[in-house]
Amino acid sequence: MVSNSTSIPVASVEAGENQVQTAYEHPWAVRFCHWLNTVSLFVMAASGLQIFRAFPSFGPKIPQHDLLNVPKSLALGGWLGGALQWHLTFAWVYVPTGVFYIAYQIFSRNYRQPLFVRKDLAGVWPMIRHYFFFGRKPAQTEVYNPLQKMAYTSAILLGLLSVLTGIALYNPVQFSFLTSVVGGFHWARVWHFCVLCALLLFVLRHPIMVILHGWNNFTSMLTGWKRNPEYLP
Amino acid sequence: MPESPKPVNSRSLNRRELLKLSPLLAVGAFTIPRVRDPLLTAGVAFTDWASAKWFRRNHLAPTFADSELSPLDKFYLNTYDVDDPEVDLDNWTLTVSGDVKRPGEYTLAQIQSLPKLTQNTRHICVEGWDVIGRFGGARISDFLQYVGAKTDAKFLYVECADDYYESLDMASALHPQSLLCYEMYDQPLTREHGAPVRLRVPTKIGYKQAKYLTSLRVTDVVPKAGYWEDQGYPGYYGL
Repeated sequence: MVSNSTSIPVASVEAGENQVQTAYEHPWAVRFCHWLNTVSLFVMAASGLQIFRAFPSFGPKIPQHDLLNVPKSLALGGWLGGALQWHLTFAWVYVPTGVFYIAYQIFSRNYRQPLFVRKDLAGVWPMIRHYFFFGRKPAQTEVYNPLQKMAYTSAILLGLLSVLTGIALYNPVQFSFLTSVVGGFHWARVWHFCVLCALLLFVLRHPIMVILHGWNNFTSMLTGWKRNPEYLP
Repeated sequence: MPESPKPVNSRSLNRRELLKLSPLLAVGAFTIPRVRDPLLTAGVAFTDWASAKWFRRNHLAPTFADSELSPLDKFYLNTYDVDDPEVDLDNWTLTVSGDVKRPGEYTLAQIQSLPKLTQNTRHICVEGWDVIGRFGGARISDFLQYVGAKTDAKFLYVECADDYYESLDMASALHPQSLLCYEMYDQPLTREHGAPVRLRVPTKIGYKQAKYLTSLRVTDVVPKAGYWEDQGYPGYYGL
């Protein structure tokens, strides 16, 4: 295996008669966290919606004005107590997965792959032009394009915010400082819900982009390896 | 990774990497009800244990200015049975038992003879709504001293006139803001709000704030965790 400019391992593999280049894009830790988080994010969101059904408002209890009626089919847990059990149990999957992921990315220096930095800024508009306005496809020189990096970096920040606002909500006395930082108990509840909505936008858009980019791209999150990636010579 | 000049077989490479994700299948245990229910119970118990660990004995719950109070008529009443269990207020006593030097019947006047603390604190319901109320009463810690309670016991267990029941861990009971509350908004408790005495523990969720108290037991072992806890809600639920 040889290293290339993107500093990820590359191998030649036999595919039928031919030999093709394949790149190890996603280390085990990243794939493991990705799929575990897929499950726990789903559980946290669905049980969170069931908890919200108990008081679907951000206003006072008297008089109560319901903001929206979350369909039962989107909710997990069946009732408030059941949903709390799911939420408080999977928090212990969701948070350690995030901590492990971030620690791994930092110590392995793999964070450079998804982290959106200032130099990516210039590449964002050309990608948007390509996706939405039939613009020419900019040359891809790294595993992720600037728009992807922006999406993944913001998803991870949203994950972090979901935990912080969640702690502010669950323990507004022990973590009173955190609760006051997010604007008090009421705002913690509003922010926690807004973060969920933003994460759901990411989660709904993500599989659409994966489907548009094909099977080869999808399997790379299962095996780590992507055949003939366009950034390889 | 080591250099490998030899081309590798794509299929075996992929299979090996895919198999490394197999530990994820353990999450599937949550689809089997017989396994799922104990796992969820354990998850809640672990959360309760962690919450008790990060409970700080002298960290005070935020207090609020009178201008921030929710009006008393906007203080939602959550009762599981009846709003008014028709307590005989003239002959009411609190039955104290368990690990105490002076068990017996205690009158409201005896509770009111202890120093009174009045504070505006936030009452948060597990459903998600909250109100800021004004609560006055005797510190539970003062009352426990008054009856000679063994404060290294683990729990207080209270029973109510409406057959509600609750348990409270000793650390939360001894918190300086935890009250045997007999006043709301500077008036004697109304019947709906738990006359003559209720718990007011601002470090706990709403359902722990038992109303219409009739008995209090100091104990290491509680017969039941609490009315809602026995339906599946967390037993500790500190805020």
